[in-house]
Amino acid sequence: MSTYVLRRLAMMIPTLWAIATLTFFMVRLAPGGPFMAEKDIPPAVKEQLMRRYGLDRPLGEQYVTFLKNAARFDFGPSYRFPARSVREIILEGLPVSAELGGWALLFALLVGVPLGVLAASRHNSATDHAAMTLALAGVSIPNFVLGPLLVLVFSLTLFLVPPALWQTPSSRILPVLTLATSYVAYIARLTRGGMLEVLGQDFVRTARAKGLPESSVIGKHALRLGVLPVVSYLGPAAAGIIMGSIAVESIFGIPGTGRFLVNAAFNRDYTLVMGVVLFYAVLLMVFNLVVDVVYSWLDPRVELS
Amino acid sequence: MSAALQPLRVTEAADFVATVPTGLWRDAWKRLRRNRAAIAAAMFLGVLSLAALLAPWLPGLADPALQDLKLSATPPSAAHWFGTDELGRDLLSRVLWGGRVSLLVGFIGTLVSLVIGVSYGAISGYAGGRTDDVMMRVVDVLYSLPYIFLVILLLVFFSKSLVMLFVALGLVQWLTMARIVRGQVLSLKSQTFVEAARALGLSGSAIVFRHIVPNTLGPVIVYATLTVPAVILQEAFLSFLGLGVQPPAASWGTLVSDGAKVLALFPWLVIFPAAALSLTLLAFNFLGDGLRDALDPRQRRDG
Repeated sequence: MSTYVLRRLAMMIPTLWAIATLTFFMVRLAPGGPFMAEKDIPPAVKEQLMRRYGLDRPLGEQYVTFLKNAARFDFGPSYRFPARSVREIILEGLPVSAELGGWALLFALLVGVPLGVLAASRHNSATDHAAMTLALAGVSIPNFVLGPLLVLVFSLTLFLVPPALWQTPSSRILPVLTLATSYVAYIARLTRGGMLEVLGQDFVRTARAKGLPESSVIGKHALRLGVLPVVSYLGPAAAGIIMGSIAVESIFGIPGTGRFLVNAAFNRDYTLVMGVVLFYAVLLMVFNLVVDVVYSWLDPRVELS
Repeated sequence: MSAALQPLRVTEAADFVATVPTGLWRDAWKRLRRNRAAIAAAMFLGVLSLAALLAPWLPGLADPALQDLKLSATPPSAAHWFGTDELGRDLLSRVLWGGRVSLLVGFIGTLVSLVIGVSYGAISGYAGGRTDDVMMRVVDVLYSLPYIFLVILLLVFFSKSLVMLFVALGLVQWLTMARIVRGQVLSLKSQTFVEAARALGLSGSAIVFRHIVPNTLGPVIVYATLTVPAVILQEAFLSFLGLGVQPPAASWGTLVSDGAKVLALFPWLVIFPAAALSLTLLAFNFLGDGLRDALDPRQRRDG
């Protein structure tokens, strides 16, 4: 197990290197520089700026320096906010983004899995059809559409919760709901499919034949295997939630990391863009690794190799 | 003698390939017809696509760019069914014209992913061995890249043109298609009709593209139907962030984005484009589900 984890961690390095290289050259080869907005700055000042960010050196040298610093998660100061380092900006937004994403994922699991189990245990009943139609509708509503609609109904018409920002506990309800809905729906569909497959297997029949109550047949025996498709979906789900958080954070004005990415890209804030991209890449890979370990723990038939 | 036999064998092989799928298709059609939700979805999509396609020639439909400040942001009425926006443009017309862009992006993005994914998966699966290993390893690595960020970078730093959008979206979507096709090809290539084709001396590419690929059509159609809404969604997401379709052109994504900014004042500006987008995605998903049940009854994994 530990050798597996170590090997996976080692395999991340070439992938990260590829992402870092790709990002670096994409950003450097793009037309237009970071100081385009201030066209009127005197050449002397511009030269000084270029020197401060190391942009006057040859590209190869810049690349090597960039890689060395990136390995220490040091991307230097932001272009746009020169007084602050990229690391500072990312770490400042991180707790907020993590909270938003964490709640959304938790909510998706806590609602999606029971919904899927319910649908599977009443296969082909009206409950099943209703739950699955609802789930398909949930999958089909993009979060950036759902967000404004929820604000319209619950904040601007019913005045139940704040329409934006991230302050009181009640201000967290709409963003989390917005981000989580499509994952609730998808997880419900996956759980139902997984459960239906498991419920037809011999060991479930044995459990029933022993006279176990249906609740423990499902809860104790079937669920552990039936939920496997959901576990393997958690990697893509985390990626999707991170991506969705970019939109949700800008809809609700939440000061998280996701919002920085788009702003930084628009501002041509090279250092910040590269920092955020690499940071998310590491996050996703670590998460995928955790998911694989959990998977093998749930299903001993899967060997980590 | 062998020269006389060969053409006969070829037609036999062709007959075999041609007749088996027909039965499959007829069977699938029968199953699909019984699925009322899928049929309703298909009809909805047909009508919507037709309306979007014919938008420039629909009688009575206002010019989507025509501004009339006297009609600034009027709620839905008999003259303007969906109301008007702040510049007095007819929203129904804007939604239909936006649908042209969104659907076009969806179909072309899917086509790009289809061409790349099917060729890549088929070649990888048929070649097998070391080539297959390497090709699938590349797919694995690409899977683990946080793609959307690269797409955002591509669009921001290079150009926000429609062509770039097609390329970026197609590039994101082909990976799963490649995996599906590869899996199909792996199981098909050991079957006797492939052996027969090989015995006839057909070239590798002819075997793959003329004989194997047509037999993977079922899963490919199902997945393509599910790719269209995924691409539409991605485009809408990018447009929502201001990176997709650029004004004065509009897609459903930009309309939702613009509408969301004046949500409190003119709610209809977000409601109608949002409904158009969501209903379209829902219909595609219903149709895709129905097609999967019809074409591949054993593969009902995720419900």
